[in-house]
Amino acid sequence: MAEARTATAAHHPDCPDRPDRTDDAYAPYSPVRDGLRAYLMIAAMWIRSTMAYRASFAMTAFGNFAATSFDFLAILLMFSQVDELGGYTLPEIAFLYGVVGIAFGLTDLAIGSMDRLGRRVRDGTLDTLLVRPVPVLAQVAADKFALRRLGRVTQGLFVLGYALTVLDIDWTPVKVLMIPMMVLSGGLIFGAVFVAGGAFQFIALDAAEVQNSFTYGGSTLLQYPPTVFAKDLVRGVTFVLPLAFVNWVPALYVLGRPYPLDLPTWVAFTPPLVGAGCCALAGLAWRAGLRSYRSTGS
Amino acid sequence: MGAGRLYAAVAAGGFRRYATYRAATAAGVFTNTVFGFILAYTYIALWDEKPHLGGYDQAQALTYVWVGQAMFAVMVLGSNGFEAELIERIRTGDIAIDLYRPADLQLWWFAADSGRALFQLLGRGVVPMAFGALCFDLALPRDPLAWLACLVAIALGVVVSFAIRYIVALWAFWLLDGSGAMQLTWLTGVFFSGMLLPLNVFPGALGEIARLLPWSALLQAPADVLLGEADPLATYGFQIAWAVVLLAAGRLVQSAATRRVVVQGG
Repeated sequence: MAEARTATAAHHPDCPDRPDRTDDAYAPYSPVRDGLRAYLMIAAMWIRSTMAYRASFAMTAFGNFAATSFDFLAILLMFSQVDELGGYTLPEIAFLYGVVGIAFGLTDLAIGSMDRLGRRVRDGTLDTLLVRPVPVLAQVAADKFALRRLGRVTQGLFVLGYALTVLDIDWTPVKVLMIPMMVLSGGLIFGAVFVAGGAFQFIALDAAEVQNSFTYGGSTLLQYPPTVFAKDLVRGVTFVLPLAFVNWVPALYVLGRPYPLDLPTWVAFTPPLVGAGCCALAGLAWRAGLRSYRSTGS
Repeated sequence: MGAGRLYAAVAAGGFRRYATYRAATAAGVFTNTVFGFILAYTYIALWDEKPHLGGYDQAQALTYVWVGQAMFAVMVLGSNGFEAELIERIRTGDIAIDLYRPADLQLWWFAADSGRALFQLLGRGVVPMAFGALCFDLALPRDPLAWLACLVAIALGVVVSFAIRYIVALWAFWLLDGSGAMQLTWLTGVFFSGMLLPLNVFPGALGEIARLLPWSALLQAPADVLLGEADPLATYGFQIAWAVVLLAAGRLVQSAATRRVVVQGG
């Protein structure tokens, strides 16, 4: 899909609203549509450049798969010694793990390069992005688009597949729909964290690692059941930084487990709203960050 | 300039180079602390389920978590140290300049790396450990000698860590692109150092094999010395043996590699 779009668009890279496309020729300027189109073009360019070295791509994709599988390996090693962790069995934890693995993996794939923003500010290459007639967020998000990050998504799929085959869940249509819903809203929540983290790097150039503790740290946290953690930590990721809505709150409904905090049942269906809210806030943070940017001019 | 002073200057340079980026150091400390918290809770759950797993009680297991976070940067278990730079110099040919400097290649990089390790021990090791001790009930020794013994084990661990990464970097003379080799070393290092889980929790033969490999000198060895679970002298012997073997192997690879270098004039 992305390939087909960009193949035609590539003839007119400077002319986003060219008149030979009837569907949007006279459409008003839309940052979302233009941004998305630019994003797909830049991402496709990086994919083509990656595919120039196929063997290298295969190795790094496998490396990504192996590296991200280590988290599950740690869980397997734990379960070689115990039968339950925090009252949860291995398949139940695999379910939590698989959902967050896919959700975070998709976001990491889509905009995982956001943490390079500080470097761009430091070496002055952000200025190049500012003069192009394309939203900066789209350019930064697609920068160095790394297809190898499919490795994380793949291992998440494997683990979720294992969980779904082994688990004995009373499936209802709602519960079935919960799974794609969790993945998509979880992706939105993590996406908001990535964008907000990028905005923070306008202020703190070298602080890319702070972002890692919320993105990679957050996904590590969510791989384990909430009963493992202190109540205050669970409250923090439920009410302050709502990472719990990626999988804990909705997945525990699917598993038929009570959430350690006293939440009404309908909260399990709110992740899309939470995701949208997070994205709106992150968008505001991004605007504020971008507006505060002052180029050195050199 | 005497050889000792030269390498001391290089080591000081390595220290100051990393000390320059204070915001990055603070961010690293923050990340190590967050990961320490997450791991600590999972270890509490694990040791609740099975007390005295691997011979540790819960306080010892928690101490292990925070020692691991403190060693994360020092032993280069998470990112790249000097080897990324050395590989780049080999690829671009800048290595030729390094080779006609009146300094030994291995010693030069070792001095720079030990300066880095010292900074990261102070800058990124102490604070997460202090946080851990404040928030959790750790099994920290009261005897200053035990801390000193642990410091020696850390220093020897740094030598082993350097020796491994030096060999990996020199592969670039043959491979040119070192990213695959670095990734492989990183994966092996995370697994066999005990960063994932203490090696004494590994099941059966896997645990025994892992304890014999050089990576156990990086984290498991200093942690066990601090926890009083290992005899310091035997641990040092193990670490020194691996350091000698790997440094000598690095020398051999170095002499083979430098014979390959053809310096283009012009």
